Amino acid sequence: MRLLRYIPDDTKFGFMQYRRISFPLSAVLSVLTIVLFFAVGMNFGIDFRGGTLIEMQARNGVADPGSIRQTAGGLGFGDVEVQTFGGPDEVLMRFGLQGDSEQAQQSLVSAVRGAFEADYEFRRVEVVGPRVSGELVQSGTLGVVVAVLGVLIYLWFRFEWQFAVGAVIATLHDLVLTIGFFSITQLEFNMTSIAAILTIVGYSLNDTVVVYDRIREMLRKYKRLSLPDIIDIAINSTLSRTIMTATTTFLALLALAVFGGAVIESFSLAMIFGVVMGTYSSIFIAAPVLIYLGAKVGGEGEAGEKTQASAPQAAP
Amino acid sequence: MLRFSTTKVVIMLAVTAFVCLLAVPNLMAPDTRTAIRQAVPGWVPSWLVPTQAIVLGLDLQGGSHVLLEVDSNDLVRSQVATLRDDVRRVLRETRVAPQGGIVAMPRGVQLRLADAADVEKVMPRLRELSQPISNAIIGQTGERNIDITTNGDSIQLTLSQAGVDERVRRAVDQAIEVLRRRVDALGTTEPNIQRQGADRILVQVPGLQDPQRLKEILGRTAKLQFRFMAEGGASPSEVEMMPSRDSGGQMMPVERRVIVEGEDLTDAQPAFDQRTGEPIVNFRFNVRGAQRFGQATSENVGRPLAIVLDNEIISAPRILQPITGGSGQISGNFTVEQANNLAILLRAGALPAKLTIVEERTVGPGLGQDSIEAGRLAAIVGTILVAIYMIACYGLFGVMANIAVLINVIMILGLLSALGATLTLPGIAGIVLTVGMAVDANVLIYERIREERRMGRSVISALDAGFSRALSTIVDSNITTLIAAVVLFLLGSGPVRGFAVTLSVGIVTTVFTAFTLTRLMVALWFRTLRPTTIPL
Repeated sequence: MRLLRYIPDDTKFGFMQYRRISFPLSAVLSVLTIVLFFAVGMNFGIDFRGGTLIEMQARNGVADPGSIRQTAGGLGFGDVEVQTFGGPDEVLMRFGLQGDSEQAQQSLVSAVRGAFEADYEFRRVEVVGPRVSGELVQSGTLGVVVAVLGVLIYLWFRFEWQFAVGAVIATLHDLVLTIGFFSITQLEFNMTSIAAILTIVGYSLNDTVVVYDRIREMLRKYKRLSLPDIIDIAINSTLSRTIMTATTTFLALLALAVFGGAVIESFSLAMIFGVVMGTYSSIFIAAPVLIYLGAKVGGEGEAGEKTQASAPQAAP
Repeated sequence: MLRFSTTKVVIMLAVTAFVCLLAVPNLMAPDTRTAIRQAVPGWVPSWLVPTQAIVLGLDLQGGSHVLLEVDSNDLVRSQVATLRDDVRRVLRETRVAPQGGIVAMPRGVQLRLADAADVEKVMPRLRELSQPISNAIIGQTGERNIDITTNGDSIQLTLSQAGVDERVRRAVDQAIEVLRRRVDALGTTEPNIQRQGADRILVQVPGLQDPQRLKEILGRTAKLQFRFMAEGGASPSEVEMMPSRDSGGQMMPVERRVIVEGEDLTDAQPAFDQRTGEPIVNFRFNVRGAQRFGQATSENVGRPLAIVLDNEIISAPRILQPITGGSGQISGNFTVEQANNLAILLRAGALPAKLTIVEERTVGPGLGQDSIEAGRLAAIVGTILVAIYMIACYGLFGVMANIAVLINVIMILGLLSALGATLTLPGIAGIVLTVGMAVDANVLIYERIREERRMGRSVISALDAGFSRALSTIVDSNITTLIAAVVLFLLGSGPVRGFAVTLSVGIVTTVFTAFTLTRLMVALWFRTLRPTTIPL
């Protein structure tokens, strides 16, 4: 049996030369993301914004968003967002926070149930009060920060500091661009999205560490080559693994996105984006950053390339 | 790396088989599991015969997740009121008159004495009001619940922060007990009620048909009081205005004096009034309650007695004759469900403080079932796609990787069952993702073997080097992911936590299978066939 093999053996791509393209590109994209984040913003779900989310299924098989919007709007709870969700018989309604009191959110649920119970089955009701949503924002942000710090410390122990810093820069790059992905697509950003982001962080780091591991090995092996050449060799020798793993993960995620149902669709899509981004960043950001950070060839005091670049541009 | 001692092989296979065995209960019906659990003789350690299945999260099973918060302001208010009463009592007993009354402050009371010499007289008694705070863990904390300060002729009593915290803590404990009784009365299976943080209670009830009813039962304080309606000549300080349900929320005067409270009830049952057919609640008092109620009703025949629930007059029937039997009925234009609920609430007792719902997540059984099916389909399709791809790329070695991944998934399910972890929809996503990422360990090994082979190593030495060199990479890369997963577990909640658990468990089993099963299979292949090339 002939095995499928699309990455030829012994590739010799000069990845490092592209850093003059990839760094500015990523820097521009990161800046754009930040602009986009403040100009357009993300579609925050009720986990972070507070409010009420109600998913209903029409008992007669066809949901009528128009009349739902009218009825719900008439209940006097301010703006309501109504959209079809999953199949044609399902509708998702979103209400904003009702004042600062926790009870007001509950009277909304009672009123909506009263208005639609006859024609619709309530599949999901989520109410997040003002206090809890604030805490979720905190713990979500804290989670990402703590995870990145934890990894930084671990890598610092296992590798040289340049590697730890490089990995974190690449991770932050992925994080920022994932936020950009959420801003552009306007996919709902909720607690599950935080899970997606942390998994992307995990995947991207995983990928970066595999490349770094090889770079470290090559640094000891080829003491006479320049740092960019050594990095190129390392990336080329791990290339087929990088593509291979990205593909299997992508396949699994594809199945999730297509068959996993509407509830985790945004998670799957964000993860797919993250896998592509994580793969790109390990090769084009994490590896070349080492050049600027001055990783040492051969473990001795001799730096590979003394590029006095200012701070790495990929850092957000 | 390819040589195994027999002992090692046995241990590896035993561990693998045992962890896989942990997943078996998931294939059984719940009744079978219970039957097995009972059939196992006592001398067999229970962990040897796994009977625990994976718990499905509320998002898959359907049910309600309600987070309640103790209203600490409400608690402080009632504590200040009690403190004020206590101080008044002390002043009365010591015959000291305050100048301008006892002033209530946000967190305490203040009073000024007419004669500064009286301060010495009342202080010892006032100090008795302040209790030391004890703690279950370290015993006496040295702190007191009330701080008392004097300034000339004025005295200030303030609730200390430690005192308030302690009160909130106790209120949460009491509320959990009350809520448990209330939820149990609904007859649902396996409700989960637990403290969360300092002042919150998480209630999770799976498979609930009517989430609105749950919330009604959870949120009511259910403080029942019997008081007389105030009459014309009553002094204003003895009277309180309350909305009345009978007259459509109109405010009516009620005496402050409480005849009997809900805590003196021993039973409450929903019933129908024999004459009108209206739903009512029958109740019975304990001895103390019956005595007081009997006395009060004997002395006040002809007066309306207000039945007050959470500061609302439910009804105010006129006392036609003394009620000395210790039982009675509450009517109030109830629906059947309202009467049922009230009976449950009265039986379970009142909450020590007001609870507010700060978060609610309810999933209907239909959506839960759909999610399970969607998750299962995605898992199957994802696994098949990955498996086909692995075989296409690595042939025989791909088959070995697939066997490893399959066993890996079974082990994940086994560990989740044994840990009693909850499987949520994101958790299923975590498993699918693990399938995609678990092959990474195999990919790393295989690619390394190919590389070593290309560099001219012999078959055996390439296999050996492939495994040993890939090891550190696999460990490093997985530990970084594990760090992210553990953080997610510590800071996440609900479904996200379920995801973190499956991801973490998946990472551990992945590393394990790569270094035992895959290695064992490769070794077996090598020893039986003695190949001269590696089909990679």
